[in-house]
Amino acid sequence: MDNFVMILTVFILAIFVGFEIITKVPPTLHTPLMSGSNAISGITVIGALVLAGQINSSPLAQILAFVAVIFATINVVGGFLVTDRMLKMFKKKD
Amino acid sequence: MLSQNIVNIAYLVSAMLFIFGLKGLAHPRTAVKGNRIAALGMLVAIIATLLSSKFEWQYIILGVAIGSVFGAIAAMKVKMTAMPEMVGLFNGFGGAASVLVAGSALVAAMQYASANAPGIQMKIAIVASGIIGSVTFFGSYVAFGKLAEFLAVKWKLYPWQKIVKYGFSLIIAAGAIWFGVISYREAGTPLTIGLMLSGIAIGGLLLLKKDRFPGMNTLKVVLGILTLVLGVLVVLNPWNTMLFWVLVGTSGVLGVLLTFSIGGADMPVVIALLNSYSGLAATATGFVINNNVLIISGSLVGASGIILTNIMCKAMNRSIANVLFGVLGPTSETPSADDVYAGKIKATSAEEIAMLFDGARRVVIVPGYGMAVAQAQHAVNELANLLEQKNIDVSYAIHPVAGRMPGHMNVLLAEANVEYNKLHEMDEINPMLPQTDVALVIGANDVVNPVARTDPHSPIAGMPIIDVDKARTVVVIKRSLRPGFAGIPNPLFALDNTLMFFNDGKKAILDIISAVKES
Repeated sequence: MDNFVMILTVFILAIFVGFEIITKVPPTLHTPLMSGSNAISGITVIGALVLAGQINSSPLAQILAFVAVIFATINVVGGFLVTDRMLKMFKKKD
Repeated sequence: MLSQNIVNIAYLVSAMLFIFGLKGLAHPRTAVKGNRIAALGMLVAIIATLLSSKFEWQYIILGVAIGSVFGAIAAMKVKMTAMPEMVGLFNGFGGAASVLVAGSALVAAMQYASANAPGIQMKIAIVASGIIGSVTFFGSYVAFGKLAEFLAVKWKLYPWQKIVKYGFSLIIAAGAIWFGVISYREAGTPLTIGLMLSGIAIGGLLLLKKDRFPGMNTLKVVLGILTLVLGVLVVLNPWNTMLFWVLVGTSGVLGVLLTFSIGGADMPVVIALLNSYSGLAATATGFVINNNVLIISGSLVGASGIILTNIMCKAMNRSIANVLFGVLGPTSETPSADDVYAGKIKATSAEEIAMLFDGARRVVIVPGYGMAVAQAQHAVNELANLLEQKNIDVSYAIHPVAGRMPGHMNVLLAEANVEYNKLHEMDEINPMLPQTDVALVIGANDVVNPVARTDPHSPIAGMPIIDVDKARTVVVIKRSLRPGFAGIPNPLFALDNTLMFFNDGKKAILDIISAVKES
């Protein structure tokens, strides 16, 4: 239970941090914000990787995790690349 | 192999990089770098994970390779007008990944059931991942299908739309039946029927050609309760993994129902809400595998999605419950189009508009999604540059729901080389409109409808709008007097200071450009 309280603390504090930094993102960048944060939510990939590669695991557990790796990697790679592509379009004449 | 402490420190570093990265998005100047910092954070987390233990590599390498290829192709090929579809789909992938990781963790834990039974935190987190992830996945698929216009429509579909629509329904229904039959042979529990029924329900619902049916809201509530009950049962009885899959199945039906009835105008809200869910799903998965970096990143995304959902709801003067349960605002006594327009519409020509610009000092362009549909954004930029050469001050007024997702219009204009400092938010531009000579409305309708301010009975009553009617002259480029999403006539078109230019958006702008050049 101690561990639970600790990660709950992390969770709550992270939400506060999230609200603080996201409110500073201007409306102009809301689409890149969504695609970029989408890529960040692909962090699930690290859980998927561990379960997909676990030695002596059950085949079902591994296959489920394998599909999860594919989905999460699409999110990560696609998300960061498309955000980069979009952000490079935002220019200002000097 | 790295020690667990070093891995955890690497995770901390990656969480910090995510936060710095998102901070970079506070300004277009620093945003590219910010995004790359966040990507670096992801790389750190992945490398640390892969060095944390001994692995069987085949699934890891294959999975990452397949995902990277698909992700890269999608990112390079997608058109900017199709960003909402892509983000919608990606939200769903995040949800699916969470469900699968939770399921995998449950199956793996059950294998060693006698040795270390999952604790209460893990059990609740698995249930949360299952519910949120499944709702997100199926809800996002519906959002994607509605944006790509192949779900809940009556018209004829393109071949690729048919393949996706029927293929997905078939895979879900057949997959659930197949998994159910196999599990029944192994374990013999009657619960498998629940899974099969959910799969068939999802597959069937997705084939409907109408987005509403009687009793839909009751069904949403019933399924919501059923899902919660099943969730409690999974927590009490985690050894029965089939119970978890039934939970995922009913959550999927719920996800389909919740998004299926949502109309096109509300799509920006839904996409933002699902974005938030995909983050929360990642957080729940973090609680399953006891991992801080998942919890932190998931919370950041969850917070971002909630903020955007709020902004979108405010911009349309709707509440989330309204959107999800498909309640429209008061719709009584809307005046008919004839009453509003009869004899008051003044049509104009490109030459007349060019003359207007001749005497103008300040022009505000109000683009709507119709402009992007007509592919007119490059022409609009050309016109704006031309006007600036004549020392006219040109700015753009962007309503928060001008596109089909938050900030969509800004991206479309940025793609057409419009500089971002010329794009102004509604609250910024409204005080400037009374001093504006010409407001040029192109492809926008409901977001400039003054009825939102004046008629408390209108379906868009109270929605914040861009006050173009306060400009000296309003020029509206539109194909016809057809209403927007709200389905109501727009008295703006009949005002004394409004001129209508009935034309295709792109052709209209090109005509105006040549007329301006000649004058």
